[in-house]
Amino acid sequence: MPALILIGIFLAGPILWSFYGSFTNAALTGANAKNPEWIGFENYVNLFTDPLFPQSLLLTVIFVLVSAVIGQNFLGLGLALLMRRAHRVVAAVVGVCVVAAWVLPEIVAAFVAYAFFFRDGTLNQLTGLVGLPGVDWLFEHPMLAIILANIWRGTAFSMMVYQAALGDVPREVTEAAEIDGAGSAQSLVFVTLPMIRRSIATNLMLITLQTLAVFTLIYVMTAGGPTNRSTTLPIMAYEEAFRYSDIGYGTAIAVVLLIIGAAFSLAYIRLLRERKP
Amino acid sequence: MSLSGTTTAPSSAAPRSGSSHRGASRRGAPSWSASAVLAVIGLCFVVPLSWLVLASLDAEATYETALPSSFSLANFTAILTPEQTFIPLLNSLILSGGSALVTVFAAVLAAYPLSRFHTRFNRPFLYTVLFGTCLPITAIMVPVYSLFVQLNLLDSLAATTFFLAATSLPMAIWMTKNFMDSVPVSLEEAAWVDGASSMKALWHIVVPLMRPGLGVVFIFVFIQAWGNFFVPFILLFSLENQPAAVSIFRFFGQFGTVAYGQLAAFSILYALPVIILYILVSRVFGGSFAMSGALKG
Repeated sequence: MPALILIGIFLAGPILWSFYGSFTNAALTGANAKNPEWIGFENYVNLFTDPLFPQSLLLTVIFVLVSAVIGQNFLGLGLALLMRRAHRVVAAVVGVCVVAAWVLPEIVAAFVAYAFFFRDGTLNQLTGLVGLPGVDWLFEHPMLAIILANIWRGTAFSMMVYQAALGDVPREVTEAAEIDGAGSAQSLVFVTLPMIRRSIATNLMLITLQTLAVFTLIYVMTAGGPTNRSTTLPIMAYEEAFRYSDIGYGTAIAVVLLIIGAAFSLAYIRLLRERKP
Repeated sequence: MSLSGTTTAPSSAAPRSGSSHRGASRRGAPSWSASAVLAVIGLCFVVPLSWLVLASLDAEATYETALPSSFSLANFTAILTPEQTFIPLLNSLILSGGSALVTVFAAVLAAYPLSRFHTRFNRPFLYTVLFGTCLPITAIMVPVYSLFVQLNLLDSLAATTFFLAATSLPMAIWMTKNFMDSVPVSLEEAAWVDGASSMKALWHIVVPLMRPGLGVVFIFVFIQAWGNFFVPFILLFSLENQPAAVSIFRFFGQFGTVAYGQLAAFSILYALPVIILYILVSRVFGGSFAMSGALKG
């Protein structure tokens, strides 16, 4: 089975390897690069006493929660709902605009977002038009800029998932609810949303895990700065492993990230299984 | 209905064509307020992109969005050299095309038993695959790097291609299985009666029938690999091996100078192929057809 061999070497291998590596003092250069030594839980002890770690963890959680679970998810659902009400041409054109940000290669999207939030960039030009003073977004509110950029980039996915899901809801069902006197808000909450809950759960799982792994956007926009105020766990792992050449320590961070990702996937998979109709 | 796969038997509904939900979804007259709100949101999405287009046509571009004083294609002509553009794009092509081929081939072999033989391992295996789809790739790059060091594979295009193939395999297996479920088993049974092995039936009967589905998988993997920055950024370092995603940093000069216009022009050239492929998928195959392969559970 070539598939199993590939997955074995390049996916399962590194995951197991990372658990092993996180217990060593492997480094990029110097003596430890050749012969890494087993140092037990030292990396983890260091990690949990590193003042940067709780901060990164918190920033990662905020980033995932605000930009994916709240931002992309609700905006995507809202867009899909609006599109069913709006004029066909408007819906089609807006759909293309939203998807355009998503289709762009990661690095290009990151540069575009950087140019948008830059000190002399488009956003300040726009706020300047209505007389607001310019704000150095990337420096003063790095997390806000990153969160908005990620919503801009990722919403298309949720939108498409919800478009497909809403298309599967039989029209008679919502019509029946409205004949029974339900307002459109009521029929949305009590009829439509329960019917598409599997799509909601799948979508939440996918965007949570995608956002958890976001690296390029943050790396290009703020590189984790200023003074680590936007350092999420992927950035921290990269910095420790490749900039400070501490592979073992970087791997320990990666393991924490993997465990968070695994916990999220398991939670959602359980949710998918239990809520059978 | 694609969301009905909660029972143990995978739903065998044929992929819906893109048009099915459009007609049914519209109820009553379109509302103007909804159109207006939608248009405003759309504007927010498109404004950041305008910088990219305008800067690429402006010989004196900065980070400001402005109509160029004179439209020129100077940025494009300046970057059309082998080192700046052609070699990186060729490398991107090798990486994405290679990994998409490997992925589709392996995914077909893996999906076949999952789709045809119902054992009690299927469901757990598929959940594991789904699980593998989503593990943060940033988390495994550090160990992958040390693995590549140990195996002496750093800066090798071929090894990076295989790694990219492996990372997209879980998703590809998942999609391929769903597409394969819609090919009726009875056709293979006829072939088996005629004495064909199951491998023969797979390649001569099942694969040709699911060509559009495999096309979708191929393009999905291709687009993903084409846009991937982090993996080649870590694993490839020599200039002649870098794909476009990494070589884009060459527009940042050594002394803090940035060739904004050229950066924008290069970004557009680099983005163009995936945009075209994406349009192809949504036009030819229908958006919800592609989605049904990905999301049916």
